[in-house]
Amino acid sequence: MQTARQDIDTILERYPRHPQHLINLLQDVQAEYSYISPEHLTLICDHVGVPVTQAWSVATFYKSFSLEPRGEHEIKVCLGTTCHLKGGQRLAEACERNLGVARGQTTADLRFTLDTVNCLGSCALAPVVMIDNDYLGRATIRNLKKRLDESDDGSD
Amino acid sequence: MGKLKSVAELESLRAQVLAAPDRPVVRVCLGPGCLAQGADKVSRAFKAAIQERNILADVQPLIKETGCHGFCSQGTLVNLYPSDLFYVQVKPADVPEIVDQTLREGKVVERLLYADNGARYRSAAEVPFYKLQHKVILKNVGLIDPLDIEDALKAGAYRSLVKALTQKTTDQIIDTVTIAGLRGRGGGGFPTGFKWRKVVENARENPGPVFIVANGDEGDPGAFMDRAIMEGDPHAVLEGMAIGARAMGAEQGYLYVRAEYPFAVRTLNIAIEQARALGLLGQDILGTGFNFDVQINRGAGAFVCGEETALLASIEGRVGEPVTRPPYPVEQGLWDRPTVINNVETWANVPHIIDHGAQWYAGVGVPHSTGTKIFSLVGKVKNSGLVEVPMGITLGAIVEEIGGGVPGKERFKAVQTGGPSGGIIPYEFKELPPEDLKLDKVGLQPRGFMPMELKNLPVDFDSLAQAGSIMGSGGMIVMDDRDCVVDVARYFLRFLEEESCGKCLPCRLGLKGMQEFLNNFSQGKGAPADIDALASLGMALVDGSLCGLGRTAPNPVLTSIRYFRDEYLAHIVDHKCPAGVCRDLITYRIDADICNGCTLCAKNCPQACIAGANKEPHTIDQDACIRCGVCMDVCPVDAVVVA
Ligand SMILES: Cc1cc2nc3c(=O)[nH]c(=O)nc-3n(C[C@H](O)[C@H](O)[C@H](O)COP(=O)(O)O)c2cc1C
Ligand code: SF4
Ligand code: SF4
Ligand code: SF4
Ligand code: FES
Ligand code: FES
Repeated sequence: MQTARQDIDTILERYPRHPQHLINLLQDVQAEYSYISPEHLTLICDHVGVPVTQAWSVATFYKSFSLEPRGEHEIKVCLGTTCHLKGGQRLAEACERNLGVARGQTTADLRFTLDTVNCLGSCALAPVVMIDNDYLGRATIRNLKKRLDESDDGSD
Repeated sequence: MGKLKSVAELESLRAQVLAAPDRPVVRVCLGPGCLAQGADKVSRAFKAAIQERNILADVQPLIKETGCHGFCSQGTLVNLYPSDLFYVQVKPADVPEIVDQTLREGKVVERLLYADNGARYRSAAEVPFYKLQHKVILKNVGLIDPLDIEDALKAGAYRSLVKALTQKTTDQIIDTVTIAGLRGRGGGGFPTGFKWRKVVENARENPGPVFIVANGDEGDPGAFMDRAIMEGDPHAVLEGMAIGARAMGAEQGYLYVRAEYPFAVRTLNIAIEQARALGLLGQDILGTGFNFDVQINRGAGAFVCGEETALLASIEGRVGEPVTRPPYPVEQGLWDRPTVINNVETWANVPHIIDHGAQWYAGVGVPHSTGTKIFSLVGKVKNSGLVEVPMGITLGAIVEEIGGGVPGKERFKAVQTGGPSGGIIPYEFKELPPEDLKLDKVGLQPRGFMPMELKNLPVDFDSLAQAGSIMGSGGMIVMDDRDCVVDVARYFLRFLEEESCGKCLPCRLGLKGMQEFLNNFSQGKGAPADIDALASLGMALVDGSLCGLGRTAPNPVLTSIRYFRDEYLAHIVDHKCPAGVCRDLITYRIDADICNGCTLCAKNCPQACIAGANKEPHTIDQDACIRCGVCMDVCPVDAVVVA
């Protein structure tokens, strides 16, 4: 699954040197490296011409940005309204117990990052959990655990 | 196919597409609901099965991966053309049978037809879920291939843009939208034509560029209408924006898409590229001298960025904090220039208004709420998914007739509309209790009473507001007796507290304070007088907050107090959660008559607090139990009950 990463310079070249593109660049770097390292943050700032402090406040304000490395697998437990009514909280807690991390955190072995999300658009199948790009609809603690075990000793 | 240089060239391309030989089509829904049920695998199975059987080579069916068809709870949905057959709950394993039986032999696979109450339905149009709907915006969603502009052209895309460019003055476009009575679908219901007119006037006084923005941030955590439009019929949004740009003289549009919608971003990007390639976006569109282009901005995961001033800040690359209005965006928006910001669904209405005319549009719905509205009908309702209905239809018709009512043996309790800014409306008619008059004294506006039973309440901007809720963007969550209103109010408050930008004091501290009350209530603590104190704190937020987030945040709390005070009292006075939700007020027990002693619960209990011998009834040690619900989840015979 590891493809060669886009070079940071290639990403920077996608956008003109204008403060307007700060968020776009943060997003592209986040997408490529799954987090924004201090070095990359500085490079982005130099490119679009904003002070690092401003970029820092932008990067911490928006939830999509992570300033720390993320796990290999991303688990997103939906806590949108419908999923909440149908027990999403309990699923999130079960994940916390099973992985030994709180939501928003990454396991020490960098295998899993646990996150919560507000509505994945699949409310009819609530509660829903996303593991990387796969959905698990009508999730239960049991079938979720099975799925996690599968991805843990999975393809990679 | 290069750039189209004139309207005639567009129409000749359209004629060419329409004249292409008819092919059988397999439409596989790839919306988020079906994807959660393996729709991508179903689609792949069709491609593989058809390739394998090259008997079909002369009439190769076309596989179209479409946007959400609406009936998500029955996914994966497959629609066939020309037979019009409608298959539900299709799994990859069903695909060879569909190909061999239906596509090759013309036979119906009966077991895949939708069945309800003993009846089987061959086509989607006959199914009760679809029958009462009135699809205008969603008409092409689920029908066309969103990644193929020619398929959109076939369905009539950009016809209205041509009309706007060639048969209407800019004033006439704005008049048409105004007379149609279009109101913003993003929550507020502000008249769209009025806003457009303001931008034109402001630009006249202060010449220079103007901008238009489509708000696709869709922050309500239980709504996915805008997503369905963006993913299922992206050209409708682009066309609506182009018409608006023409009317207001804008040359640049921005489409702000929620962070969690990468699929929508991809679809829109492809649509924009295809439209540019045909010259439907860009310079000198169709040789008319009209220039307009659209740029996508991805949201970055902040609910408050759905608020218009925060959204504009975010497009400019700044922290998305709301600023005081006035000045309104129509006065000083992007880069201080007049800017119109409309919701994605609002924009998608525009081509239909131009196409069919203001009178036609105003004839759908009710006088002050015209046209249709899309709702995501979810929660404790049998048929769940996306529905598009004429404004003014009753809540009862939506929930009970389209939605098929509450499944199982629980009773229909309430409907939540408008998400975190909306309210909880009870199913049963509630007389105003005397305490409510007291509430009015502490400032609750005279809105928020149920004028009638929920099932007769018309769904339009004003009736919902009168009932204390709002139309909002279209989330509609059905609640039954197992849903606790205190818990739901607490849920929304926690959501909003996390999402508040913290810029102004009433919102920042008020949300914390309100949460404290509710946390106490959910633990059975507090005094009845606290309910009124909570309501007055809520009113302070309504009055004192800077932006709509804070000003509407108390709505779920205020409406639940108004209609469900008895449930609050049950928590506070009796220390009971009647719905069996609030964790500190419930216990998990094992029914000894049902338990077969399989030991599964004991093996899975994180507290190891379940005891019992193999094949003997088990028991829970209540002191150690953390009420995590695992035992209930794993028990194969439903022996674990909440009391
Ligand atoms: C906290 C907050 C969140 C909002 N979120 C959205 C949203 O997700 N989508 C949207 O279209 N409007 C949202 N709005 C409303 C917008 O500010 C704005 O009124 C709307 O986009 C105008 O479009 P319309 O007139 O077509 O409805 C939000 C408002 C507030 C206060
Ligand atoms: S009301 Fe809340 S979200 Fe809005 S500006 Fe104030 S603190 Fe921020
Ligand atoms: S609710 Fe959780 S802790 Fe309590 S008995 Fe069941 S599994 Fe054990
Ligand atoms: S899982 Fe259910 S049936 Fe099995 S021991 Fe526990 S309560 Fe009894
Ligand atoms: S609330 Fe979880 S998918 Fe919508
Ligand atoms: S996603 Fe397929 S019907 Fe909604």
